[in-house]
Amino acid sequence: MKKLLILGAGTAGTMVANRLSHLLDDGWKITLVDRSETHYYQPGFLFIPFGIYGKRDVVKPRRDFIPPGVELILSPIEAIEPERNRVRLAGDGSPLDYDFLVIATGAHIRPDQTPGLTEHEWRRSIHDFYTLEGALALAQHLRAWPGGRLVVNVVDNPIKCPVAPLEFLMLADWFFRERGMRDRVELIYATPLSGAFTKPIASKLLGTMLDEKGIRVVPDFMIERVEPDAKKIISYDEQEVAYDLLVSIPLNMGDEAIARSGMGDALNYVPVDKHTFVSPKYPNVFALGDAAALPASKAGSTAHFAVECFAENFVHYADGLEMPHKFDGHANCFIESGFGKALLIDFNYDVEPLPGRYPLPGVGPFTLLEESEMNHWGKLMFRWMYWHILLKGKPLPLPALMSMAGKHRLN
Amino acid sequence: MTTRVISGKTVQVNEEGFLLSPDEWTKEIAVEIAKEEGIAELTPEHWKVIEWCRQNAVNGRSPTLRQITAGTGISTKEMFALFPKGPAKKVAHIAGLGKPEGCV
Repeated sequence: MKKLLILGAGTAGTMVANRLSHLLDDGWKITLVDRSETHYYQPGFLFIPFGIYGKRDVVKPRRDFIPPGVELILSPIEAIEPERNRVRLAGDGSPLDYDFLVIATGAHIRPDQTPGLTEHEWRRSIHDFYTLEGALALAQHLRAWPGGRLVVNVVDNPIKCPVAPLEFLMLADWFFRERGMRDRVELIYATPLSGAFTKPIASKLLGTMLDEKGIRVVPDFMIERVEPDAKKIISYDEQEVAYDLLVSIPLNMGDEAIARSGMGDALNYVPVDKHTFVSPKYPNVFALGDAAALPASKAGSTAHFAVECFAENFVHYADGLEMPHKFDGHANCFIESGFGKALLIDFNYDVEPLPGRYPLPGVGPFTLLEESEMNHWGKLMFRWMYWHILLKGKPLPLPALMSMAGKHRLN
Repeated sequence: MTTRVISGKTVQVNEEGFLLSPDEWTKEIAVEIAKEEGIAELTPEHWKVIEWCRQNAVNGRSPTLRQITAGTGISTKEMFALFPKGPAKKVAHIAGLGKPEGCV
């Protein structure tokens, strides 16, 4: 019996288990390991601070998504021993052997990496929305917040769902307007990048959007520390931004078990081939989803398209055959812009987001790089698709590789 | 997309003056761009960073500041002293690599 071991039962790991349990024959045993029994719909966290979603909208038991015949072990991971083809779990249990290993341990926020962030003001005047607890605490805080200066700060890239900070600000603009207090709220976006939009065509088409919504951008802001009593964030080159409410997107890092195994880069992400996800060092080890060090977006859609390519490749690879597909970095995401509208972007390693229609060229129904109500409904509908189609590895009528059809380049 | 002549060599650059092809880069070009970025002289410390970034670029894209500090052992504070205001972007420009970008 051949053994496939998958570490992490999040978006990528669960999809891999589902796809491969269909594609592999009875000669295989698939085992999944995760530290907790709850699956989170992470894209939904964004809506919680504004009261659009509650806890029940974003959690389900992991077991609901594990196919029959796949074993789920609930335990933290101590370390991977790739030279010995085995994984040690926390505690004294015997190690898990594997023939092939898929690392899908994700990325997590690390507020402990920025001085001052998690001291006495954490979850008081300093919040996050990348965890369920953080999003719920922020929702509670915003309900009674009298207004003032709200600063959203990205500590460093890459982050999960790279557009979420912008969406948060645009939803905040809408939220405070609805509550009749927008004039008492200042919205500021402090980013380590050179602007809110950095790709040429998106900048051209969306550059004025934040101005129009009264959101001020502080570019090239690389945070060094927070001074929680003085309520200001300070950059490495001594710029200061004062806040009344700080919404931080802390440094994102891969799992500590990756560091303990000596398999990660500076941020604990696992280096793999960007087209096939195979480790250059260990030919029976793959990394998928946010855990992988890829020049692609850390997003559920990337994981989905990647798993589609990977699963079919794996069946060939395990038989010693050449892998038929090369992943192109395809990702797409809805960007909530407030007032019941959203944008949609679709891109890959080489092609930046372009305007047009998706998925049917000329028809849509979704508009690329342009606000529409249909995009907003698409985003809300997506939660249902995630639970019922994507996680279960059922086919979605969208090609895994990016298509240029329906897109147009600007001159 | 335009071309420009930097220290006698014709290269392709984008609207912000970043080289489009890392292969067209030379050390002489680095010295010239550094001057435009307000760095009068490239010290051995500067070169250490530039060379590390060129060796560790993925897809022609420069590493992030955190990767640079971890990889070279040069602290973030020192990076800001060497390449003031946005060191990651400045190094990318001088090293002939793509600037750090988001997805939009």
